[in-house]
Amino acid sequence: MKIAGFLLLIAGWGIVVAAVALLPSPGVRLAFVLAGLAVEIFGLVLAVRAHLVLPAEGE
Amino acid sequence: MLILLVPLANVGLALVNTGLGRARSAAHSMLAALCVTAVAALAYVIVGFAWQGVAGHPDHALVLAGKAWGWIALQPFFLRGLRLDLSPTALVILLQTFSVGLAGLIPLSSGADRWRLGAICASTAVMAGFTYPLFAHWVWGGGWLEQLGASYGLGRGFVDGGGSSTIQVVGGFTALSITWILGPRRGKFSAEGTPAALPGHNAVLALLGCMLAWMGWIALNSAGAMLFAAAEPGRVALVAVNTTLSAAASALTAAVVTLVRFGRPDTSLSANGWIAGLVASSASAAFLKPAAAIIVGGVAGILVVTAADFVEFQLAVDDPAGAVSVHAISGLWGVLAVALLADAGPHAQWLAQLVGIATLLGFVLPLTYTLNWLLDRIYRQRVDREGELQGMDLFDLGAGAYPEFDIRGDEFLQR
Repeated sequence: MKIAGFLLLIAGWGIVVAAVALLPSPGVRLAFVLAGLAVEIFGLVLAVRAHLVLPAEGE
Repeated sequence: MLILLVPLANVGLALVNTGLGRARSAAHSMLAALCVTAVAALAYVIVGFAWQGVAGHPDHALVLAGKAWGWIALQPFFLRGLRLDLSPTALVILLQTFSVGLAGLIPLSSGADRWRLGAICASTAVMAGFTYPLFAHWVWGGGWLEQLGASYGLGRGFVDGGGSSTIQVVGGFTALSITWILGPRRGKFSAEGTPAALPGHNAVLALLGCMLAWMGWIALNSAGAMLFAAAEPGRVALVAVNTTLSAAASALTAAVVTLVRFGRPDTSLSANGWIAGLVASSASAAFLKPAAAIIVGGVAGILVVTAADFVEFQLAVDDPAGAVSVHAISGLWGVLAVALLADAGPHAQWLAQLVGIATLLGFVLPLTYTLNWLLDRIYRQRVDREGELQGMDLFDLGAGAYPEFDIRGDEFLQR
């Protein structure tokens, strides 16, 4: 889950960069930037959950 | 020469980190701060500035859809051939030598009581030599984030005068990576996952650190605004007032929130509130009206208290001095505040700020985590169980900070 989370973070950033570089229309560009951020937040949630300390594993 | 006051921010942060840490690792915390400052300066001068560069100078660029995306600078290593006079380039080098040390100090507190000194130095070298200068080039060195305005009409491009993103969020995300890699301190979480309170050992140090950091931050924000945000020297008074108002509003908000929640104001969260206000002010201090600076600080104060709770109780992250809440989260708020509250340009500014935030989350965080994870594979970052029980002072240094006091076992008594 950890790797998936980080890959989603990177993928989300890629969507944002692609939106800025390739989309001329401000509205569509905005939509894709927000979509990229949403993917990043999902990836961050996965990465966080992967690092939650289970009590039995913490020692 | 405001820049010469910037190291006060470093001193202040070192004191805050040490004061909010435990007595058994106090000397280790301060020595680590010294080592971080040293390693960061060396790494930055040897390698870092070569990759960060200065706006207006040549850099390596990728061409995407016909536009150049500057991604790394072309300056010489070891500052060879550069004149260190009062030119803008020399002033950038001077400011950044101090700033990269500040960024390196941020993760120290998150690794308190379990991060080995050698590993601290190695991690700092990596951050100061690569991660920090790479992102700083994008924001301050003429790189693609700075050029978003010119290339794609996104306001003035990504704006960050005093380093809310380049210094604070980069440091905060490094802190998060370190907490994840090191894991929590022994005894921090019970079998049910409930966090135990491991309070700081010296509130006086922490609060003194806040006062010193305040002076250094005024210098940092002023110098950054002039060098990186094209602010005229006459704006120094505005920057100083806004920085102070933001810190004041944040600290008082944190104190009031903790007063309402716990019946008494909490010292460490109030101190964190003060620092969070400074952090949040960095990006926009040159552009805010004073009333807006108060709002920025007030929001930072609420954020830091809420986030500290969330990070510890919900995310089970052991972050002794709240580096993630204070620096990463407040730093992100500071970046966003440029677009929401500051007079920083056209309405498309907020999209440029969002792109910067996306870059921090989607590039900087994975990069810093991966580099520290690789480092951990080569050179173990966490001290072993025996060392953690002894305390880092005795284990890593062979001598405690307070040799005349018995500081283990009964250093905190439940009453």
